[in-house]
Formats: sequence, C-alpha cells, structure tokens
Amino acid sequence: MLDTIYRAETPESIELEAELAGPVVRVLAYTIDLCFRLVVLTVIGTVMQIFGNVGLGLMMIITFLMEWFYPVVFEVMRRGQTPGKSLMGITVVNIDLTPVSWSSSVVRNLLRVADFMPFFYMGGLISMSVSRHFQRFGDFAAGTLVIYKKDRDVKLTLPDVQAVPPPVALDLEEQQALINFTQRHRQLSQPRQEELAMVLENFGNKKSESRITYLRGIGNWLLGDR
Amino acid sequence: MKQQDFENRYQNVWQELEQQLEPVKKKGKGKNKPKPIQRKNQPDLYRQICHLLSLAKQRRYSRYLLDQLNQLAVTSHQNLYQYNRQHNFHILRFIILQFPQTLRKNATFVWIALALLFVPGFILWYLCYTTDDMIYSVMPVEQVRTMEAMYEPGTKALGRERGSDTDFVMFGHYIQNNIGLSFQTFASGILFGIGSIFFLVYNGLYIGAIFGHMTQIGYHDTFFPFVSGHGSFELTAIAFSGAAGLMLGNALIHPGQLSRVDALRETGKEAIIIMYGAALMLLIAAFIEAFWSSSSTVPNEVKYGVGAFLWLVVIVYCVFSGRGSQVGS
Repeated sequence: MLDTIYRAETPESIELEAELAGPVVRVLAYTIDLCFRLVVLTVIGTVMQIFGNVGLGLMMIITFLMEWFYPVVFEVMRRGQTPGKSLMGITVVNIDLTPVSWSSSVVRNLLRVADFMPFFYMGGLISMSVSRHFQRFGDFAAGTLVIYKKDRDVKLTLPDVQAVPPPVALDLEEQQALINFTQRHRQLSQPRQEELAMVLENFGNKKSESRITYLRGIGNWLLGDR
Repeated sequence: MKQQDFENRYQNVWQELEQQLEPVKKKGKGKNKPKPIQRKNQPDLYRQICHLLSLAKQRRYSRYLLDQLNQLAVTSHQNLYQYNRQHNFHILRFIILQFPQTLRKNATFVWIALALLFVPGFILWYLCYTTDDMIYSVMPVEQVRTMEAMYEPGTKALGRERGSDTDFVMFGHYIQNNIGLSFQTFASGILFGIGSIFFLVYNGLYIGAIFGHMTQIGYHDTFFPFVSGHGSFELTAIAFSGAAGLMLGNALIHPGQLSRVDALRETGKEAIIIMYGAALMLLIAAFIEAFWSSSSTVPNEVKYGVGAFLWLVVIVYCVFSGRGSQVGS
C-alpha cells in the first residue's frame, strides 16, 4: 500500500507506527540549518579576525567541524533533531524507531557527499523520492529514517451531549465513522461538520433537532456513555 | 468492552507512564535538567502499554486512542532501547584494539586500496622522473610553477612560503583539506565503489607526478625532507578511507545472504570504525605537517630519520596492534 506510515515491530511483538517525513519538509529543514550555520560562521569569523593567524587557523578548523559534524552533534545530543529539523517538527531515528546513535549519525552525515552528487543534493533527492521510506543514500547506509515528531499533549474532550442509542444496528465501519466524527468535534470546522451530517439526513427519525448534536449523541453512546 | 470503559479502567497505566517520561522529554529542551525520578518500573509499564495497544488495535478502538497509545509506546520504546555508546566507547581500546583489528579483518580491501593509491603513484613518479614534460599532462602550468616555487632550494620555509607564525593556519588548512578529502573518498564508495576508486587513483597520480617532477628538476633536498614526516600517516589514512568506501561498494555488489540495504547497513558499521581511525591518523598527519615538516632548522638527516621511524610505527601498529586479543567491539 502506498502510505507514509512506517511500521516497526518491537521485541514485545507489537507494531509501532510513525509518520515518515517526505523530501519537501526535509529540504526545508536543511535550508534552515544551512542559514543557521552561515550566520554562526559569519559571527565566529568576525570575532576570529581579532586573533590574526591563530584565529584564521581556528576558523578553518571550526568551518571543517561545522561542515561535517554539525548535524551529528545535534542529532545525537538532541534526540535526532538539528535546529532546522526541530523547527519542522521532524526527527531522525534508527529503522527500529530507537534514537540515533553516534556511528549511525556519523555514517548518514558523511554520506551527504554521495547524496550531493552530481550537484546540490540531486542524488539524495532522487533517492528520497523513489525509495519506499523516503531515505537518501546516507539513510540507507546508516539504517535511519526521518519521521514526524508528534505532540502528545493534545487532550481529547468529548462533546457534552446526551448519549443516544443508534436507531438501527451499525456495522463496525459505521460505528468507527460515528466515533471519529464525535471525537473530532473540535478539529473539524462547523461547516464541514454540517456537510458531513447532511449525508445522514434521513438517518434515524429525529428531524427537528440539530443533526450534528444527534450524531454526536450516538457517538457518545457507541463510546460507552449511557 | 466499550472504549470508555477501557479508558477508565486502564487510564492510570498510561498516565503513570506519561509522568515517568516527562523528564526525559524535557531533558533535550533546557539546560536545567530535572531531577531524575525513579524509573524502576518503566519496563513493566512499557510492557503493559504494549499489551493495551495491541488490545485496543484488535478491538478497533478509535484512531484517537490508538494514536495516543502508539505515541506513548514509541517514546518509552526509545527510552528503553536507546543506545548508550558513550558509556562503552574507550578511545584507548579503540586505538589499540578496535581500529587495527577492523583493518586486518578487512585486509583485502585495505590492500586493494593501497594498490590503487600507490601503483599509479609509482608509475607517474617514474614517468615524470624520466620525461620532462609529463607533469603537464597531470596538472596545469601555473600549478606546477607554484609547486616549484614552494620547494625551490634556498627558500627558508618549506612547503608554503611562510613564517612559523602561520603554522597554525596551515594546521587548520590541512585538517579541512585532508580530512575532507578522506571523507569524500569514503562516501563516494557507495556508488558501487567507483567513487573511492576514482579518488584513490586520482590522488595517486597527482602525488606521484609531483614526486617525479621534483626529483627530475633536482629539488629533492628541499622536497623530500618536507614530505617524509607526514607521508606515512597521510597516505595510509587516505588509502584506509578508500578501503572503507570500497567496503560499502562491495556490500552493494556482493550482499551475500542479506538484502542489499541490510548488507550496506551492516558493512557501514564496520567501515565507520575505519573512518574514525583514518580521521585520527590525518589529524596526526596535519599536526606533523604543520609544525614539524615545515621547520627549516632541523637538518635533513634528522627529518629522514624521523620519517622512516614514523613509517615503521604505522606499519607495526597496523600489523601487530591488538593481535591475539578479543575484538573490542
């Protein structure tokens, strides 16, 4: 199936799911990092000019380190996120969804050279676009993935509606649809909800009351509210 | 069981786990690390979450609950299975055991890489030594001029026209240049080894040509004392990074029982050990090149002596260090 959900089986024999990050968001994260690096290098470079030749030598070493190890340090120390990745809400993990280690991070970042070929990350982009899990060459060699980091702190509230039993027996899919409709009452816009409720215009026999409230009631009932 | 009953019944499990995970999540965000709280029963809680997740999946509970449980499971999975490399990486054990052992384990690639660097090198050395204008088929005229100017007998500072206060600048330059080249030689090996082969041969030809030309025009008394010191570390390290690149290429060509991607990943783990070692050697080489090779006060005999000694050190180290001990992985 064509899907951006990645599944990894754990030793506990459950399947963990993660949403893969595609080329666009990764390019954006890279661009942010690139700008960030340039700014930092310019600042350091200006300061180093005071120190003459020693400063120049140090500058070369710093440029070298920033060029090759900037992503490594951030990926390992900050749970897979460079500043750019952090802003885009994505993170690097091993293929078993464990945090990335020093050696895998070094491999994936040294191999940027190969991804860069033939010019400006063309190889990496092509590799990312055609591979199943959006991996560039470095990701293949290091066994890493880039996934979205989800915010867990979204609290779910159910609508404050009296539970109503459904008028007819519903099959599993229909039940799930109604439950999802109820649980997403905050995320879906009012017009969209009305539109969705319109589909079930002749469902049940309550015609006078608001369709949406009625459907929410059924959702609550299906979730176990009495 | 209805979803709400399920949630009410087991909520305390995931709430407890959420609480336990909280500090770990924050750790990456600020400098003020929160106190580590007791994490004794985390594995236990994690297992319970795994159980609840598969139960919830099997019962087709709503996406919302599944996402929440999955996210919890992923986070605690990351916590429990994180790889604490920093706790078992010892630089001494790496230098004495791991690096030379890995080199010998992959001796075939090391020999091939050495040959790819040195054979073209010696051929061009010979050709440029016997033929006057051979050098110009390898590098442009201006570059040859600069090279000649650097090692012209009578100049005080060798290698680059400079005073010793610029030694540090050159140190930075060599690090940037040589280690960058080594990384490039390694990484391009993923193109079925072609990139590594190209960089090895190219550098072999280039270096060989300069050697030959310098001998031919009679600058050997200024040129060889300069290169003798760091050559041992620099050339072998470049060859080693080429070998690491060839390993990657070979994993794609001969994956054996594994899939190509898996073979590449497994080989990558070993190749990166060689790369750590090569980078370290190039750091040493850059240090020697910047602060020792360029010195014009040391007599040539001493420089040759030290150069020969360092070659011996590198060879003995690669061949004998860590022999007979367990692999320090």
